[in-house]
Amino acid sequence: MPIRPLVSYSIERVEVLSPEGVVDDSLMPGLAPEQISRLYEYMVLTRQFDDRMFKLQRQGRLGTFARVAGQEGAHVGAAFALRPDDWLVPAFRETGALILRGLPLVQLLQYWGGDERGAAFPQELRTLPVAIPVGTHMLHAVGIAWAMKQAGEQAAVLTSFGEGATSEGDFSEAMNMAAVFKVPVVFFCQNNQYAISVPYTKQTASPTVAQKALAYGMFGVQVDGNDVFAVYRVAMEALERARTGHEPTLIEALTYRVMDHTTSDDAQRYRSEEEVEPWRQRDPIERLGRYMRTKGLLDDVGAADVLARADQKVADAVAAFEAIVPPGPEEIFNHVFAEMTPQLVEQQAELMARLARRR
Amino acid sequence: MARLNIVEAIDQALSQEMQLDSKVIILGEDVGRDGGVFRVTDGLVQRFGEERVIDTPLAESGIVGMAIGMAIAGYRPVAEIQFAGFAYPAYDQLVSHASRMRNRSRGEFTVPLVVRTPYGGGIRALEHHSESMEAVFAHVPGLKVVIPADPYEAKGLLAAAVRDPDPVIFMEPARIYRAIKMEVPEETYTLPLGKARVVREGKDVTAVAWGAHVRTLRDAAQRLEAEGEADVEIIDVRTLSPFDFETVVASVKKTGRAVIVHEAPRSCGFGAEISAQIMERAVLQLRSPVIRVAGFDTVPPLAKLEDYYQPDADSVVEAIKSTLKF
Repeated sequence: MPIRPLVSYSIERVEVLSPEGVVDDSLMPGLAPEQISRLYEYMVLTRQFDDRMFKLQRQGRLGTFARVAGQEGAHVGAAFALRPDDWLVPAFRETGALILRGLPLVQLLQYWGGDERGAAFPQELRTLPVAIPVGTHMLHAVGIAWAMKQAGEQAAVLTSFGEGATSEGDFSEAMNMAAVFKVPVVFFCQNNQYAISVPYTKQTASPTVAQKALAYGMFGVQVDGNDVFAVYRVAMEALERARTGHEPTLIEALTYRVMDHTTSDDAQRYRSEEEVEPWRQRDPIERLGRYMRTKGLLDDVGAADVLARADQKVADAVAAFEAIVPPGPEEIFNHVFAEMTPQLVEQQAELMARLARRR
Repeated sequence: MARLNIVEAIDQALSQEMQLDSKVIILGEDVGRDGGVFRVTDGLVQRFGEERVIDTPLAESGIVGMAIGMAIAGYRPVAEIQFAGFAYPAYDQLVSHASRMRNRSRGEFTVPLVVRTPYGGGIRALEHHSESMEAVFAHVPGLKVVIPADPYEAKGLLAAAVRDPDPVIFMEPARIYRAIKMEVPEETYTLPLGKARVVREGKDVTAVAWGAHVRTLRDAAQRLEAEGEADVEIIDVRTLSPFDFETVVASVKKTGRAVIVHEAPRSCGFGAEISAQIMERAVLQLRSPVIRVAGFDTVPPLAKLEDYYQPDADSVVEAIKSTLKF
């Protein structure tokens, strides 16, 4: 009885746009020039917004948040492949994707400024609020996808998370459920190679995140996460497979967290500037810009104009944010249940009376 | 004696316990090179190496579950859960196994495990970073729940937790991590688990709290004293499980009044247990109803509304005055 190989698999990596800005025409997804310009504008807006949020945080006007600068190619590229009737189930490092889904910038400022009303993402955007507990939300995407399949919708769910989330038990359960029930979901991992201080090599012994798909009977693929064309292409294909064939996919967008984990973190404690610097050189926005310049889609004047318009949108949002009347204390009680319990009614009255006495 | 804050006192206790017992190890997310997100384990990986200060993958159930196995195998793991609000995936391991292994195996297998976790609000944090879930753990038979109120307490209680033969949830009040600095002896010492502490003696009312709100009580007591309104006896519960009802009941028998303060939701909070113990053991000595000053039965609000949720000295002063006027 010979020992024979039973199954063998391979994992593909997709790259379309080189760091120098040259595309492989055979792999280039079908994007009209105005779509490419729009992608660029969204990525620049995300960058400028992230930068302004950081300044606001340092001034004490926003709370802790996770920066996305350097990862726009990954999550903006994926979200660009979503249709309005698809769902997005995000973690907390997808600012650009949320903007693409139509979430007003002011609402994001409100949320990260510690005002719950900012998390009231309008239902019609089909985008769940930020999920802070790592790796817990992918199961919700599976459930939503299951319901869409039941309803016969030709749409899909994209759920995004980091590579750290793949170590959580819920990741495994979500992947398994998705494959067993054959639901239209795309697992989109932004592998930025750090979970706070823990590097990829200490997070998992698996050479790629993508191959984790294989054990669940799911298609998995790695893509250059700083190559927005490759990400868009792979996400588009995966979403289409999900919408039409109910086949789930795991996409690993390999990128790098050039920023601190959050504004509370100091990455210099655990990694060197020499390690970070080469990744700054692979900036996804600059890479796309180089391509657009060679194709005549962008020049210095155009780039300055995109930047100026992004800055204006950010400035308008910040102005609107500063004008928001703070939430009233009664808000604390209003959304725990559909109907307030007797305890909540009593406690709310208690608080309001106490505040009235102190006034 | 050096003046330390809670972060430094716990760091020192961990370092000394690791020095004393080679079986004491630390594991958790970012506890090594980063020194923990609050820097509680700062310098330990440099001193004791990566074999004893283990940066784990991002998996709370994995951390606690693996630590249970390590404990069964003779180690004394000190696991860190980065924020109490992230302990829920590990809850299954704590409830289903850590708390029961001794009972299940009739004492053949035991779990001398410590799970350290920052808890509580007041730090303007994101969702899930401000939970106060001590009652959830205290409700589990077989888990000890320890909460220090200052640096001296933190060092002695943690040393006792590490040396304890049973699983201990050691909850660190994040809002006072660096707010209190006091003299802490360099040498090792332990404080008893299961013994409450009378922080301030008084004759008019017994005020009970733990963690960050012992400080709230001190503020309230000082104000009431200055106003000539009341002489408040303050009790720091220290360990919710085991709960030292004797110290609390003895105090209430003396004062005839009790106010309990915690920031966790009022309904089914640990204040309910304390109140029940007082009713069962000292009802005839009570001169007014036991009052709880607690968080609301809501999700802890984010930064903008957080202050409304937290019990503060004002609300404690009001509650104490109401018991005096009853």
